[in-house]
Amino acid sequence: MASQTLYDKLWAQHLVTQRDDGSALIYIDRHLLHEVTSPQAFEGLRLAGRKPWRRDANLATPDHNVPTTLKERSAGNAGILDDVSRIQVETLDANCESFDIEEFRINDERQGIVHVVGPEQGATLPGMTVVCGDSHTATHGAFAALSHGIGTSEVEHVLATQCLIAQKMKNMQVRVEGKLGLGVTAKDIVLAIIGRIGTAGGTGYAIEFAGSAIRDLSMEGRMTICNMAIEAGARVGLVAVDDNTIDYLKGRPFAPAADQWPAAVEAWRDLVSDDGAHFDKVVELDAAEIEPQVTWGTSPEMVVNVSASVPDPNDAADETVTQGMTRALEYMGLSAGQKITDIQLDKVFIGSCTNSRIEDLREAAKVAKGRKVADNIQLAMVVPGSGLVKRLAEAEGLDRIFVEAGFEWREPGCSMCLAMNADKLGAGERCASTSNRNFEGRQGYGGRTHLVSPAMAAAAAIEGHFVDVREYDYDRDSAREMSA
Amino acid sequence: MKKFERLQGLVAPLDRANVDTDLIIPKQFLKSIKRTGFGPNLFDELRYLDEGYPGQDASSRPLNPDFVLNQSRYRDAQVLLARRNFGCGSSREHAPWALDDFGFRVVIAPSFADIFYNNSFKNGILLIALDETTVDRLFQETEANEGYRLDIDLAGQQVITPSGETIPFEVDAFRKHCLLEGLDDIGLTLEQSGAIRDFESRHRPANPWLFRDV
Repeated sequence: MASQTLYDKLWAQHLVTQRDDGSALIYIDRHLLHEVTSPQAFEGLRLAGRKPWRRDANLATPDHNVPTTLKERSAGNAGILDDVSRIQVETLDANCESFDIEEFRINDERQGIVHVVGPEQGATLPGMTVVCGDSHTATHGAFAALSHGIGTSEVEHVLATQCLIAQKMKNMQVRVEGKLGLGVTAKDIVLAIIGRIGTAGGTGYAIEFAGSAIRDLSMEGRMTICNMAIEAGARVGLVAVDDNTIDYLKGRPFAPAADQWPAAVEAWRDLVSDDGAHFDKVVELDAAEIEPQVTWGTSPEMVVNVSASVPDPNDAADETVTQGMTRALEYMGLSAGQKITDIQLDKVFIGSCTNSRIEDLREAAKVAKGRKVADNIQLAMVVPGSGLVKRLAEAEGLDRIFVEAGFEWREPGCSMCLAMNADKLGAGERCASTSNRNFEGRQGYGGRTHLVSPAMAAAAAIEGHFVDVREYDYDRDSAREMSA
Repeated sequence: MKKFERLQGLVAPLDRANVDTDLIIPKQFLKSIKRTGFGPNLFDELRYLDEGYPGQDASSRPLNPDFVLNQSRYRDAQVLLARRNFGCGSSREHAPWALDDFGFRVVIAPSFADIFYNNSFKNGILLIALDETTVDRLFQETEANEGYRLDIDLAGQQVITPSGETIPFEVDAFRKHCLLEGLDDIGLTLEQSGAIRDFESRHRPANPWLFRDV
């Protein structure tokens, strides 16, 4: 057989039928659900008198609408003060109950952001196809699972048929070689990639992230990278299986049991691109050249090094880009030439499916340790990605570090990444955020978002403006011990 | 799904690249558990001068007079002319639901984001990708001529301008067929239940850990 990419293998292993017109039916192993994109799908099933094809493939949890304050949260669904939000969460509960789908409800300790929960439970496994009505499903590709976001019609289609109608994507390899500098993280790698190829650079492709800098990352770092493949336009991000992948999964609740484990590991070892496999496009980055990244505009591709200044729209390649940049600067209240480190902030958000896992929180905590949030920061919040992440962080004392520094320590959920719950920016407020999108209004009407890594966000909270975390004086070694 | 009929559609130009799904329909409207009623909030942050919330009476809100869909000449548009990478961002199907509810049947742009592309076709909205030069020219013609309409011929895979020029476009055969016939995907797939069961009978023994008896 000809050499295959990892994506080619995963596609071939899930192909049910190939049609002459180029479309195919592919089988779905894992379907994750949350409250926002599922109600109309369940309603569709009900109206057509259909039932889920395979209920054990589905796993649900509410995440987008849940409050993150303890007071509201302790009241369960009743604590969701917004009626429309509460109805949406209640509707998920009711649908999961009537269709007999496993759900981690609002105050189940296993509840959290669906893309944190899946891997944490071992519900995401190498060699799977994983879909969810959420574009950040790309996250699960870190496990060499073919994973992507789908719309609500497709949620209904997967529920009813266990399949998707799909077309094979093209293959892209993004190769990052070399060693990252101290203080430079997975988030900076992926922002640098998006800055390079643009927000549509990956459209139509499945991106495999490869190279020594990717191999050196933990599974959590790889999830951060794959999570943002969609911000480069690619529905799918992938990383090949290695020991890190296998070690991470062992013993997790949904992972193969001991008697199946050796066979599973043997099968997973093949989930790498063959030598000589053909990629339609290859992009290479030198890890040593990547600096901490900060977005300045309203698209993730509008990103620069922390040591740089806000770019000039007049330097853009074409008129459409110039217009976009000009509009973005106006929205963001910035001027060309302004130094990134001079940008003053109002709020800081550490969380989201990109950066709310334990290593992210450790990284932020080591920067915050023994310091105080700056006076001009009205709110600095840390929102763990799941109840289990929260518990672990508390066992390590991270919550105390944050609270003593003046951060708010919250309950798990999507929170201010997209501001569907009560956590949002006011008009004109400027936020350093570890989330994934800096679109207009994303974190609140008129809100201004700068995407950064957890360490950069924590340092920005302490100083009140962006700083280069590489020059920041904090105990990186203790941090490494914490994460060892 | 409703059938896509040949259309002589009024064109509205949205001159902006990378229009994301948050811009098409902001998140506060995603709390609805229905598929309909999103039209009044299409492009909410561009269209109105205030902040919108679910359940509001849109008719009393202050309109942004500069926004293209608020100009009377474009109010009944069925064809949206847009710039590159239209529909990037989230997977929310509320974006095509909102376009549909407003009355759009077609979007023409140089390129579209993948998930939005799928979602639109599932809702009977035709997306047509044309090269940048052609799109530029259509922008100029639309803005210069009030009442500018395009004849959208899906069966013939061509857009016909008022001057009679025909512009061919690509669309994959399966999507075209479903749109023209108004076919329900799920029904079509369930006709292949046997093939799905056959697949499972091979897949399960090879990967027993992917199946849990719950």
